[in-house]
Amino acid sequence: MPELFWEDFVEGDVKTFGSHTVTEAEIIDFARQFDPQPMHLDHAAGAASMLGGLAASGWHSCAIMMRLICDGFLLRAAGMGSPGVTETRWREPVHPGDVVTLRRTILESRTSKSRPEMGLVTFRFELLKTGGTVAVDQVVVVMFGRRNPGARLA
Amino acid sequence: MRYFEDTEIGSRQILGTHVFTREEIISFAQQFDPQPFHVDDAAARRSQFGALCASGWHTAAMWMKCFVAHQTNSIAEAKARGEVVVGAGPSPGFKNLHWLKPVYVGDTITFATEVKDKQATRSRPQWGLLTAYNTGVNQHGDLVLDFESTVFLQRRP
Repeated sequence: MPELFWEDFVEGDVKTFGSHTVTEAEIIDFARQFDPQPMHLDHAAGAASMLGGLAASGWHSCAIMMRLICDGFLLRAAGMGSPGVTETRWREPVHPGDVVTLRRTILESRTSKSRPEMGLVTFRFELLKTGGTVAVDQVVVVMFGRRNPGARLA
Repeated sequence: MRYFEDTEIGSRQILGTHVFTREEIISFAQQFDPQPFHVDDAAARRSQFGALCASGWHTAAMWMKCFVAHQTNSIAEAKARGEVVVGAGPSPGFKNLHWLKPVYVGDTITFATEVKDKQATRSRPQWGLLTAYNTGVNQHGDLVLDFESTVFLQRRP
């Protein structure tokens, strides 16, 4: 049984979760599979690019953040998938050796008229590098099952 | 890639097609998005999706794979014709990404991109910013993924 339901996500709540050290091997492995551009595969090409060194694909940064979201709270929650991402900004490159954490801000929480068994939560997820630099800034909506389906809000 | 000046608003390209296998759906999800409906058949059957389906990030990453492969081929063809070609710059991000339908085991997704807008950038005069509308459509003709991306393109020297 999930521990967390829609009711447990409260607007305004800010928390940080997890930690992951990004390695050169995983940057190159993801890039080979999904984004084989030179700046994601090769140090010299990365150094010559706007990214200033070998850097993770932006999609890899999103995937790393997704894993931190899963391990941080989503796998304990009654998650029902996501309709999509309002915006993702790749603000700073992620390089080998960067230690990243997840900061979660709950922007909005609402019920669904058409589907009383669930509610929707809008999150800001930020992938933070050491020192607090924001590498990825993302606004995303996630659907959660309700502990008390159809109950009136206080 | 063409220079910023040579890229036409409204031009649309089919980037490629990919068949999502069970093995790769589970492999991606185990690494990045191990929600039960992406890694476990029985859990997926009980979920709102009804069957094992790909992580939305897997679908998006596969769009990128097809985009890069398409650009690589275009550059090789242009070089063979003796044209000057330039690589694309990085992307500052994307907006309005929608996961409209699940991508199930065996689904064939066709990815495309369309140029929507071009803007000069004040802070980086040697680069222009291109906005594109990107899609993934399954074998039934249903849109499964769409989003608006931006990417830096070099300006003519």
